[in-house]
Amino acid sequence: MMRVKLSLLGMVAGAILLPGTVLAACETITLGSAISLTGKYATNGMHAKNGYEFAIQKIKDAGGVKFGGKCYNFNVIYYDDESKGDRAATLAERLINQDKVQYMLGPYSSGMTKAIAPVTEKYQIPMIEAEGASRSLFNKGYKYLFAVLSTSEQYLASAITLAAEKAKESGKEPSSVKVAVAVENDPFSLDIRAGVLEDAARYGMQAVIDEKLPRDLSDMSAILTKVKLLKPDVLIVSGHSKGAATAVRQIDEQNVKAPMVAVTHCEAADVTGKFGAAANDILCSTQWAETLTYEDPLFGTAANFNTEVKAAYPDYANKKVPYQLAQASAAVYVFKDAFERAGSLDKEVLRDAIAATDLETFYGGIKFSEAGNNIAKPMVLRQIQDGKYNVVAPSAFASHPLNWPRN
Amino acid sequence: MAKRAVFYLALIVFMLAAPFVFPVFKTQLATVWLMIIVALTWDMTGGQMGYNSLGNITFYGTGMYVAAVVTIALVYDVGEYTGSSGGGIYEFTDGQYFAGMFLGMLVAGLFCSLIAIVIGYITFGLRGPYFAIGTLGVAIAAGELVSNWEWVGGGQGIALPVYPGDLEDGKVLFYFLFAGTGVVLFLFLKWLYTTRFGAAINAIRDDEEKAEAMGIHTLQYKLATWAMAAFFVGIAGAISAFQLIHFEPLESAYQTINLGIFMVVCALLGGKGTLWGPVVGAILFHVFKEVTWNYLLGWQWVALGALIVATVVYFEGGVVGWLMERKPHWFNLPAKADEATGEDQP
Amino acid sequence: MEQFASNFGLLLQFPVVNLKIVIDGVMIGALFALSAYGLALVWGVMNVKNLAQGDFVIAGGYVCWWLSQKGLPALLGVPIAFLVMAGIGWVVYKVVICRVIDRDLFTTLLATFGLAIIMAQMLNLMFGSDTQSVDLGYETLYFMDGFIDVPIAKLLGVLMAAALAIGVVLFMKYSRMGQAIRATAQDVRAARVLGINTDKVYAFTFSLNAAICGAAGAIIVMVWVIQPFYGITHSVRAFVIVTAAGLGNLPGVIAAGLGIGALEQYGAHIFGIGYQQAIAVLLLLLVLVFRLLQQRRVRQSLQ
Repeated sequence: MMRVKLSLLGMVAGAILLPGTVLAACETITLGSAISLTGKYATNGMHAKNGYEFAIQKIKDAGGVKFGGKCYNFNVIYYDDESKGDRAATLAERLINQDKVQYMLGPYSSGMTKAIAPVTEKYQIPMIEAEGASRSLFNKGYKYLFAVLSTSEQYLASAITLAAEKAKESGKEPSSVKVAVAVENDPFSLDIRAGVLEDAARYGMQAVIDEKLPRDLSDMSAILTKVKLLKPDVLIVSGHSKGAATAVRQIDEQNVKAPMVAVTHCEAADVTGKFGAAANDILCSTQWAETLTYEDPLFGTAANFNTEVKAAYPDYANKKVPYQLAQASAAVYVFKDAFERAGSLDKEVLRDAIAATDLETFYGGIKFSEAGNNIAKPMVLRQIQDGKYNVVAPSAFASHPLNWPRN
Repeated sequence: MAKRAVFYLALIVFMLAAPFVFPVFKTQLATVWLMIIVALTWDMTGGQMGYNSLGNITFYGTGMYVAAVVTIALVYDVGEYTGSSGGGIYEFTDGQYFAGMFLGMLVAGLFCSLIAIVIGYITFGLRGPYFAIGTLGVAIAAGELVSNWEWVGGGQGIALPVYPGDLEDGKVLFYFLFAGTGVVLFLFLKWLYTTRFGAAINAIRDDEEKAEAMGIHTLQYKLATWAMAAFFVGIAGAISAFQLIHFEPLESAYQTINLGIFMVVCALLGGKGTLWGPVVGAILFHVFKEVTWNYLLGWQWVALGALIVATVVYFEGGVVGWLMERKPHWFNLPAKADEATGEDQP
Repeated sequence: MEQFASNFGLLLQFPVVNLKIVIDGVMIGALFALSAYGLALVWGVMNVKNLAQGDFVIAGGYVCWWLSQKGLPALLGVPIAFLVMAGIGWVVYKVVICRVIDRDLFTTLLATFGLAIIMAQMLNLMFGSDTQSVDLGYETLYFMDGFIDVPIAKLLGVLMAAALAIGVVLFMKYSRMGQAIRATAQDVRAARVLGINTDKVYAFTFSLNAAICGAAGAIIVMVWVIQPFYGITHSVRAFVIVTAAGLGNLPGVIAAGLGIGALEQYGAHIFGIGYQQAIAVLLLLLVLVFRLLQQRRVRQSLQ
């Protein structure tokens, strides 16, 4: 059954691909990607796919990928992994074995990437991924896996730096800063916790609260009571949208006065819409924001990217262009750059070219570590100021000063 | 008799050839065997002994963790291994991998038997639905506690090394590990249910007070049965751990409301208290699940819930129970089945 | 271990924390007690152990949330959720429950579990998997230098829960249907002989249970958050409370509900809220074992 369904899909993909090859003077480079179009990651999978497609169109309009005196356009064969890891791995093998794909774009989420990476590694297929942030992806010794986004332990670590800066400004030692951490007990949030605790330890800060949130979190007053007693200077909360919603609501309700509160998933939980003024001065992390000053020759500035995506995809006209889309475009851009530097279609030569990437893009700097993660782009912290998300850290990108202490 | 021999022969040939005839479905076929194992073991207490456990998933999850810890501990320090999600590359040689796998399976089985005896000592005092609720509580608590236990990775879960050879060969290996365990379990139960032991646990199901009055030491029988079931579930968990490579406590290991309930539904769907019922139920259930998962996207869980309700409400005897009524000669039963067969007749 | 000790130390160092924990616990416990009372009702009257209890609660919460999205005042959501869930409870009784009521207890347990899966998934399909809450926008009252906070919304929730409980008690005592329910609970056969339509009583009891849960859910969405898959949490709490309190006495259920709410908060304070679910089920196991030991003692004295 599945076989029939998939080969049909393949034919459809082929049919779409065909006119492009005939009409354009450029040749085609085929990439493959298993992406979540249904299931729990469907929304974000769609963002990623749009990001890939937007970049491919953009490259085509700019005359394609040029090397060796020829020009090439990208084409992607997509399969739907249904947000399931085992399916994703099967599809990756299918792409490589049956569709003879030589270069892969990543799926959505760390989990799917974890499922696919052993496969691409085994067949030595270079994969540039844009949506898997867990750092456990980068301690397996994978040589063909490259990620353009910042790993998840960096999501809130910059809040610690910020707190240290503030402590210095007010004439105190950074080591006197007390940190409270409450994160959900899942791989993503535990990565965030590890990053925060490492940075805190570097400054010699003390973690006065270090607790796990349950998956079915609906009440965190037990932690907030401790916050009131122990008076930490920074409160870090990460628990997907429910963590953000519960924290914002109860911090206000219980009148918790922590000078700095940093959470993840503010946008997803729509804390400004739901809780209004209660969300003010909360710090939120993001991979990318359209207000940043990055730019490159293909997409222009971050702001320009934002406008063009909104024009190309009316779906985003009335909402924020998610960073998931931007980083997917960046991944395609890295492929273009690497092909041009490699000057070859050989996947081994290409892999080495990708590994040597050192690129400025609208999404931020891209330079891969030995392990394949991007070390040139910092995470950004935005603060909710009067209901708006303003970039406040790192200081090089800050568009607004930090409101500190909170209330 | 000849017919029967042909039937079994065909079955064996199919079993051996399946992963090569349907190479795309190797993992699916392995999962069918996993379902058969957990359904058969659930039926040991649920169908044959009258103790409906909702907590057998405890042994599956524990089996996974024991296998992982054994494999890692042979080479590295476990706490260091799980704590290093940020750095450090851990390599395993082929020898270490396979030594870990087989030792892990064995230790997982034995350890799960042991905890079955410990838990059973407390929970077997509970009767009827209290036993079900109590064991469900044990399973939930076990998952929560493991997810807070940092030595084994806590909520991060734990990762095992990848199968060292060709990935396809690995899938074949996992298929035959599951299938082998399943066949051994089936033959073991086929024999066990004909012994005095089988009669004794049936007696416990039919009337525990009377069984005790007849001199059957019920607690010992109950503990022994559950320990045997836990042994096989633990092994199945160990194999799953290697197949999944990376797993985390609440959603893959102690998946109370997935596999923990599926095994019960498989047994009921096929017909509890029969030898073939759980096998048939597991196959039907898995096919149903895969079909709904593929074609009823989004509604698959609704369909699954409806299947559970329909099975327990309208289809009491299960498929095999229904067949027994219709085609008693298939089961060597007299035209009207009676209590003497030891089968569960409503 | 160190952390547990220091958390415990906080309790002694700041006695006011104890007060805060008890107040928080009682406010949570009052809402747990509501759905637990519903469970005690169906358990006692019709011997159905409803594992979908928590999903009725969550469904009620979504009714209230949906209404408030449509611009209706959220407080109105409580009676509406009560009525809507009564209707759903009646349908569920007619389609499923009435067919398993005479069967062995495990069957009802599994059937209601199937129901729980269906309901959770339907809610997920209808409202999405994001957490939702209704913000009443009320003030919070502060005592003891702002250390103890009592949001008016929570206070209101507890008062509504109390009013509902009192209403149900009065209903059971004085109305014809209430009397019929109690008679059926005491002896089904005698009730039938006396001309009580027990099927009607069962249907009514089950839909009353769903209604109580629905109202509880509507209150919960105003003070905490809900999500389609949170049902199991409430089911577990309801089972803990009913098992601890025994069937058929409302004061016992309320006391157990408040006590367990407070115990859980203490546990969450000392061990961390990551252990909340584990603490709840371990309490359930403790209660079960305690009951078992009690039984054994009775048995021994008989021998």
